[in-house]
Amino acid sequence: MSTVPSPAPNSSPTPALGWTPPPRPTGAAAPAIPAPPAVDTLTVTVNGRPVTVPRLTPDWQGKPAPTTMLQACAAAGVSVPHYCYHHRLPVAGNCRMCLVEYGTPALGPDRQPLKNPDGSLVIQKSPRPAIACATPVTPGMAIDTDTPGVRAMREGVLEFLLINHPLDCPICDQAGECKLQEYSVEYGRAASRFVETKVHKPKQVDLGPRIMLDDERCILCTRCIRFTRDLVGDDALGIVHRGSYSTLAAYPGRAFDNNYTLNTVDLCPVGALTSKDFRFRMRVWFLKETKSLCTSCGTGCNVLIGSRENVLYRYTPRENDAVNRSWLCDFGRLNYKWIGRADRLRQVRVRGEPATWTRALAELAERLRAIPAGHAAILASARLANEELFLLRKLAQHLGAETDIVPRHGEGDRFLVHPDKNPNTTGARVLGLAAAPPGANLPRFAERLRAGQLTALLVFGEDPLKHGFDPETLQRAELLVVSDLLPNGAAELAHFVLPGCAHAEKRGTFTNAHGRVQRFFKALEPPGDARPETEWLGELWERLTGERASTSPERLFRQLAEEVPAFRGLTWAALGDTGQDLPDGPPPPER
Amino acid sequence: MAAVVPRKPLTFWERLYLPAIWAGFKVTLRHFFRRKVTMQYPEERWVVPEGYRGAPYLVRDQDGRTKCVSCQLCEFVCPPRAIKITPPGPEVDPTTGNVEKRPREFEINMLRCIFCGYCQEVCPEEAIFLMQDYSLTGTRREEMIYNLDKLLALGGVHQDRIQKWKQKQREAPAQEVCPPVAGAAPH
Repeated sequence: MSTVPSPAPNSSPTPALGWTPPPRPTGAAAPAIPAPPAVDTLTVTVNGRPVTVPRLTPDWQGKPAPTTMLQACAAAGVSVPHYCYHHRLPVAGNCRMCLVEYGTPALGPDRQPLKNPDGSLVIQKSPRPAIACATPVTPGMAIDTDTPGVRAMREGVLEFLLINHPLDCPICDQAGECKLQEYSVEYGRAASRFVETKVHKPKQVDLGPRIMLDDERCILCTRCIRFTRDLVGDDALGIVHRGSYSTLAAYPGRAFDNNYTLNTVDLCPVGALTSKDFRFRMRVWFLKETKSLCTSCGTGCNVLIGSRENVLYRYTPRENDAVNRSWLCDFGRLNYKWIGRADRLRQVRVRGEPATWTRALAELAERLRAIPAGHAAILASARLANEELFLLRKLAQHLGAETDIVPRHGEGDRFLVHPDKNPNTTGARVLGLAAAPPGANLPRFAERLRAGQLTALLVFGEDPLKHGFDPETLQRAELLVVSDLLPNGAAELAHFVLPGCAHAEKRGTFTNAHGRVQRFFKALEPPGDARPETEWLGELWERLTGERASTSPERLFRQLAEEVPAFRGLTWAALGDTGQDLPDGPPPPER
Repeated sequence: MAAVVPRKPLTFWERLYLPAIWAGFKVTLRHFFRRKVTMQYPEERWVVPEGYRGAPYLVRDQDGRTKCVSCQLCEFVCPPRAIKITPPGPEVDPTTGNVEKRPREFEINMLRCIFCGYCQEVCPEEAIFLMQDYSLTGTRREEMIYNLDKLLALGGVHQDRIQKWKQKQREAPAQEVCPPVAGAAPH
């Protein structure tokens, strides 16, 4: 194995590959660190190719730390297999899978780097390999990841990891997204050389209310331990016993039940930690992944919806440095079952009778035209998308209707959970649909209904009976329109029931509590007659005013950005996968 | 341009007609005294050769355990999408003994199945085999969707050399005492 000479014809450290440091994580857990004024870079060689990397790279906390060989390899587009390393966790360096060979510039007697006749540096190869995840790069370092030696090391490490690992892939839920499986294909042996008896560790260990542990499959990478100790602050997990009997376990007598336990299932590179919710429900390779958002609180965590044949199976976190980084809280992750409920509203009804959309909307437009200005009120929901709220705002302006939303407050925490339990309160507020403070108009609506000053009440995605209205009051309305997903008391009394769509069944944008506008996409078909709200609201608008209304979220978003100052400058395309902040930030809180 | 081929006029011998009839009868008569080749299907059945790819059925091992672990690879590989598996879900089924995972439902639509044998080839547990049934009949379409119980009943017992779940049961006591108590003999 010879040293790899630098192939650069001129030894000037010009960057061979543009490299920009990843955006620093923001949020409660990671305090913002001021960026270093000028990026101090150094050049290293990865498999003979020079690559310029910054001397310091943000570590898992966002603090500048020396750039490691693994990061330099990633910048050069070379992937180094690893299990224990995770860019959001402190480095442990225990799996040894990322071992690479490297060399540093040889120095002459004058302590100056020696040069080859062609001007390249003379590399003095290190006699032993180093783990790429924890070894900082030095100027002129040469890293080799594709030598026979490195391959032999990976094969050796993998053979050790597989000694006690069961051949459970047909059963294991991780199959298909398992690092051990992937690297076994690349570096594994076809047959085991291990003739001794395997160590059999506990299986189906009940680690907590949402986690099932299979200790036999664990490769002791400690990602889960580091996550729960260093990021969540709940030091619940640890490794007990020694040697080949080392076993992952929860602290005796304590359940592993914080609100972030399911992230360890994502982190687990093998199938040791499994989600009790998703366990044995569907093989991962069948799941269609759709980019979406979690709707359980104002944070608006980015998720991937895994669905197959119109059944939603799981949420997994989607990386977004500005919102949730790589995490998701357990509550939000498991709060999807209502989407597939059997009792979803699936029938358009006019005064209790099944009707078609065409008939219902025509009749509704007629009824709305007869309502004198100021005699209608719209109870919108902060669970509706910006585009739908925009159409409701136009409708409210046309009808001269007062509007409000239902506020939802709950417990928040310092990590991800926001006290505002609506996904789009900010959207409703900047669009002017929420009263100040949100919910302040609700008692007035009830009052005016009782007094007969309000003849029409349009309710979207809320049950007024749960928010201070009683059935008698609602029955006083001459026109009660209820659009919702799930059956509620008000829908029984309503003159028009218009079934809507869950966020997983339509496209749109939410504005999270921090003023970030993010898109979500359609994963499932809505049940029965249910149609996305933008579609039929646009149709209603057309019937009401004779004016063409666009129903696609893209066009509506463009109109929204043109008409609403808070959204000025945003475009659907520019939102991208991770969203964009409102130009002026979120409106100040009012409570 | 189509070429016109003039028909050859029949000779006198051919126009006699009876010699041709007689020649035909001779062939018939010859076959009359030969060995019969016609099979009286369905009363008589064909001997299916070894390795014939008939309908896929599920098998049990010698102890009656379902071998299928619901990995859904056959469902994935099936070209006509005839297989539909319902995985068991997270609840532990106490009736299955130490079988960690087995399908809750396993359906093969025999109307769609093309007997290609990919399911048998892909199965990591040797749980599905193409057997010798080639003539599947039913009076309704629903009848032709074979469910788990029917497939297991038709598949019968496979003489399994590995007997995975039996082996796991033998290993289970070792899992109870991990790590082994100090001083105890290593297992």
